[in-house]
Amino acid sequence: MSDLLRNIIRFAVFILVQVYILNKMPHLHRFITPYIYFLFILWLPFTISRFGLLVIGFVTGLTLDYFTMTPGLHAAACTLIAYVRPFVINVLTPKDSSEFNYREPSPKAMQWTPYAVYVFVLTLLHHGYMVFLEWLDVGNFLDFIIKVIATTGISLLLIFMVELLFPRQLKFRTNTA
Amino acid sequence: MRNVLLFIRRYRTFFAFLILQGVALWFLFSYNRFHRAKFLGVANEVTGVINSQYNKVEDYFTLREENKRVNRLNDSLLNLLPSHYGRRDTTVSAVQDSVPYDTLGHYRRYFSRPATVVYNTVNSQKNYIQLNRGANQGIKDNMAVLGSDGSAVGVVVNVSPNFSQAMSLLHVQHKVNASLKKSGNFGTVEWDGKDPRYLTLRGIPQSVEVNKGDTVLTSTYSFNFPPGHMVGYIDEVIKDKSTNFYVLKIRTAANFFNLQQVHVIENVERDEQWQLMQDTKNKIEQGKKAPK
Repeated sequence: MSDLLRNIIRFAVFILVQVYILNKMPHLHRFITPYIYFLFILWLPFTISRFGLLVIGFVTGLTLDYFTMTPGLHAAACTLIAYVRPFVINVLTPKDSSEFNYREPSPKAMQWTPYAVYVFVLTLLHHGYMVFLEWLDVGNFLDFIIKVIATTGISLLLIFMVELLFPRQLKFRTNTA
Repeated sequence: MRNVLLFIRRYRTFFAFLILQGVALWFLFSYNRFHRAKFLGVANEVTGVINSQYNKVEDYFTLREENKRVNRLNDSLLNLLPSHYGRRDTTVSAVQDSVPYDTLGHYRRYFSRPATVVYNTVNSQKNYIQLNRGANQGIKDNMAVLGSDGSAVGVVVNVSPNFSQAMSLLHVQHKVNASLKKSGNFGTVEWDGKDPRYLTLRGIPQSVEVNKGDTVLTSTYSFNFPPGHMVGYIDEVIKDKSTNFYVLKIRTAANFFNLQQVHVIENVERDEQWQLMQDTKNKIEQGKKAPK
């Protein structure tokens, strides 16, 4: 399967799961909204250009926004993590291995610890920024802090469940291929 | 000049980031009830089609409860039929008169249209309800939305040709005029964005006696809602020390978790009422400017 087709399918699946399962099911608590759709951005290939990444992030967020009737909220958060992603990847991978052996970020491609840090940082940024934008309208500061921590926790749990349940079949990239 | 161009080129991703952020934030802060982005109408059509497909499946899960509610409402309506009085053999259907005036001089104030909810959330702080009827099916802005058991649910705020979007009572910017059934005192119902089972009623003076369990109805002052429809029951009475008013916690009458069939109520005379209010305002203000 080509990268393009694979990512288009992923995009549709992530958005539909987010809109029709996670946003629909009764929540554990009013602070805890499980989010997973932004994993799509985290899983995009390494080779994608930074500008392309930004545009894809914006479009992803906006698509979700149209379903939740909050134009701009998720788009802003997604654009932010799409912008920060290349920096985080640069910091977390060794300098000498400028060539990646795998196509996209995964526990296999980056080792578990750097991958976990990568996911944690971007998840926290996404939720922090999004809840902050919501909080500008209404809310108090304690709510804000608890909400960021709780949603980040539940999202990390979901993401690692996805990683363990659906290991991606990634081919090792060699020069001969 | 060349340096400026070089600078922009060097940091072009950063500028692209800033521009996209700007666009996103502009969308976010310019979207509200009064100033709506036009493109949402188009997007509504697309998400609406997907939502109605999904809804076809989802409806089956709540059919039993929905049927019970519809049955209860039908029952209460059947009891009001004139044919139910003084005759043993009753007909099943009532004939709707197309003339707006009946012979006793009653005229129609509200017109009801059925609709199906295709998307609804309770988890956000700004919840909207999407309905499967739009401008082509006669839905207009500011029509009231009642649940299948007749309880207040929301107000239509945006319509596209085949779908419409209603602002739920569970929306932090939504304010509805309501009154206590017992004493008739008026107040404003709003939502604090926390628990989707509870609303807040403000503006009832502490001189009025209020008990837990009292009924709250839509008021006769509302331009959108027909009077006398259930909003909820008082669950907790809090006396606000700083003002002379109660803060009443209300349990909602409508179950927002499984909305399915709703009624969209049109106030036939709303335009006239609204126009009169605006005209009055203009007249008085002009009078102030040029005193005679």
